Amino acid sequence: MVENRPFLDFVTHLVLIVGILLVALPIWIMFVASTHDAVRMAHVPLPLLPGGQFWENLRLTFFGNGLKGSETAAVWQLMLNSFIMAMMISIGKISISILSAYAIVYFRFPLRMTFFWMIFITLMLPVEVRIVPTFEVVANLGMLNSYWGLSVPLIASATATFMFRQVFLTIPDELLESARIDGAGPMRFFFDMLLPLSRTNIAALFVIVFIYGWNQYLWPLLVTTDQSMGTIVISIKQMLEAETGSPQWNVIMMTALLAMLPPVAVVIGMQKFFVKGLTETEK
Amino acid sequence: MSKIKFDYVRKSYGPNEVIHGINGTIEDGEFVVIVGPSGCGKSTLLRMVAGLETITGGEIKIGEKVVNKLEPAKRSIAMVFQNYALYPHMTVFENMSYGLKIRKVPKAEIKRRVEETAEILELTPYLKRSPRELSGGQRQRVAMGRAIVREPEVFLFDEPLSNLDAKLRVQMRLEIKKLQERLGITSIYVTHDQVEAMTLGHRLMVLNGGNVEQFGTPIDIYLKPETLFVATFIGSPAMNILDGRLSDDGTAAILTTGEAIQLAKPLLSHKGQAIKLGMRPEHLIRCDADKALLYLNADVVEQLGADTILHANLGGSGETVIARIDGVVPAASGERFSFTIEPENLHVFDSDKGKRIN
Ligand SMILES: Nc1ncnc2c1ncn2[C@@H]1O[C@H](COP(=O)(O)OP(=O)(O)OP(=O)(O)O)[C@@H](O)[C@H]1O
Ligand SMILES: [Mg+2]
Repeated sequence: MVENRPFLDFVTHLVLIVGILLVALPIWIMFVASTHDAVRMAHVPLPLLPGGQFWENLRLTFFGNGLKGSETAAVWQLMLNSFIMAMMISIGKISISILSAYAIVYFRFPLRMTFFWMIFITLMLPVEVRIVPTFEVVANLGMLNSYWGLSVPLIASATATFMFRQVFLTIPDELLESARIDGAGPMRFFFDMLLPLSRTNIAALFVIVFIYGWNQYLWPLLVTTDQSMGTIVISIKQMLEAETGSPQWNVIMMTALLAMLPPVAVVIGMQKFFVKGLTETEK
Repeated sequence: MSKIKFDYVRKSYGPNEVIHGINGTIEDGEFVVIVGPSGCGKSTLLRMVAGLETITGGEIKIGEKVVNKLEPAKRSIAMVFQNYALYPHMTVFENMSYGLKIRKVPKAEIKRRVEETAEILELTPYLKRSPRELSGGQRQRVAMGRAIVREPEVFLFDEPLSNLDAKLRVQMRLEIKKLQERLGITSIYVTHDQVEAMTLGHRLMVLNGGNVEQFGTPIDIYLKPETLFVATFIGSPAMNILDGRLSDDGTAAILTTGEAIQLAKPLLSHKGQAIKLGMRPEHLIRCDADKALLYLNADVVEQLGADTILHANLGGSGETVIARIDGVVPAASGERFSFTIEPENLHVFDSDKGKRIN
């Protein structure tokens, strides 16, 4: 809309500003809480301006095992676990789905459509639905309390397979034919053509999947009983319940703040690709 | 460099046969243009030579080798596509060298060949650019370059100029012709452009509905089309075809309006039979009314400057005739014109089979 009405401008800005405040206020409160000591945080009213304890809290949280009296592992360990899990899920999901899409789009093999529909049907089976049998399988394979157990069941993805299928379908047939005439076999075509041409899509998918992996809650809760394998998202919940008496909000909020950083870093770092990958159509 | 031989080549998609047995030989170093209406199977035939489509029946030989079962990369061919099919993520240099790299040609040799080719095609300043930073004409040249550096035995072109504007098309047409002459590589060029068909190749193959209608030099095809289809397909504006019959002694064609037109040679075998009489618009000559063979009433007059195209009807009958007159001719619709034609410019076709009989 190319309208120029001051009143409309005012309303649109107002709506946006209110929206931003709604989103930003909890984050601000979290930040403020992570800069005061435990005593201050136990008093009402809660502070709205930052205090001077940020570095102290950071040291306490990052290297200590979170809270006094809780059994969670050190927060750096939890973050590392979360990071490894998220990376394994991302890399696994991207590799598996790009290969499945490659097979479905470029090869004619028996039961091709059957496989296609089987993948499609898994859309209806997220991990929450199949959680008991999946747990059973993972337990029998001895993968409880391991990175494999954390990530493998979350790797298969129909959505990502479809996304790559769509990407491949936009690549003109003549490109494949040119490459064939140039002597490129299936492997070379994949690595020399498809992979570079889907680069931005891979980046976009990586952002989405990394955050999906990082924020996993239910599944890690089930397969990790060993505290040293816990993830940071779980530990926040555990810290809340850890101590009788008042929760140590300064440490908990610092943990929450730390938990937010990697996804933010990924989004900011990949923003350029992300936007390109979702909007670019020219091939 | 080598010749290409089609031996009763057929192609079916499922139950549909789209190429019905094509024969013919393309000589070493020859430039053959394949022309025909949309959907007649031009691209299919070319792609069978390239190895991009399987061959349902018959044989294609390149040189002395039957290539039916050979991978495209092993056929020693290079192909230029209508949309160029450049690799969008590679620079011009990488685009041109990709095939050589796969073939494990030494680096120095690749560099030499690419630079040489770029020189011929005036692409040297663009070697480091990516295809999206090039104009249509430059992309077209890169596609050509990619074909040339591979030093194939056969070039295949599938309507390579149809995405260019008219002016660039003329320029590239000349360049392709010069290049083919210079390199002397056997080439097949698919087009549906009249001018490209007439001017580019040594020989022209006219395809219709999966069959070869005629295969000969462009001038032969223009002067002596073997079938009604070729007669109307080659030439622009298209040849006029009038209904008629041969006189009882076979020396003249009699039109539906009653005019008798003397033939160059009597056609004794078809005396008295129904025929189709073909006359090219450019062969109709204006003359005085008393010498005229045809009287045309103008319907629409198109002034092109260099010549005038007269859309007319034949003396009151419903049959339309197009005449092409040199220069500017002031004419109004409804005006009556008299025309004559040299007997050797008459084309006589069998009315049923559409085969040439004179
Ligand atoms: N993959 C396919 N499956 C089924 N039929 C096909 C296929 N490809 C082409 N055809 C059919 O084969 C016939 C010849 O097609 P082809 O592409 O060779 O035509 P063409 O002469 O190149 O036409 P154009 O000038 O429009 O490019 C057409 O009738 C087309 O419908
Ligand atoms: Mg075609």
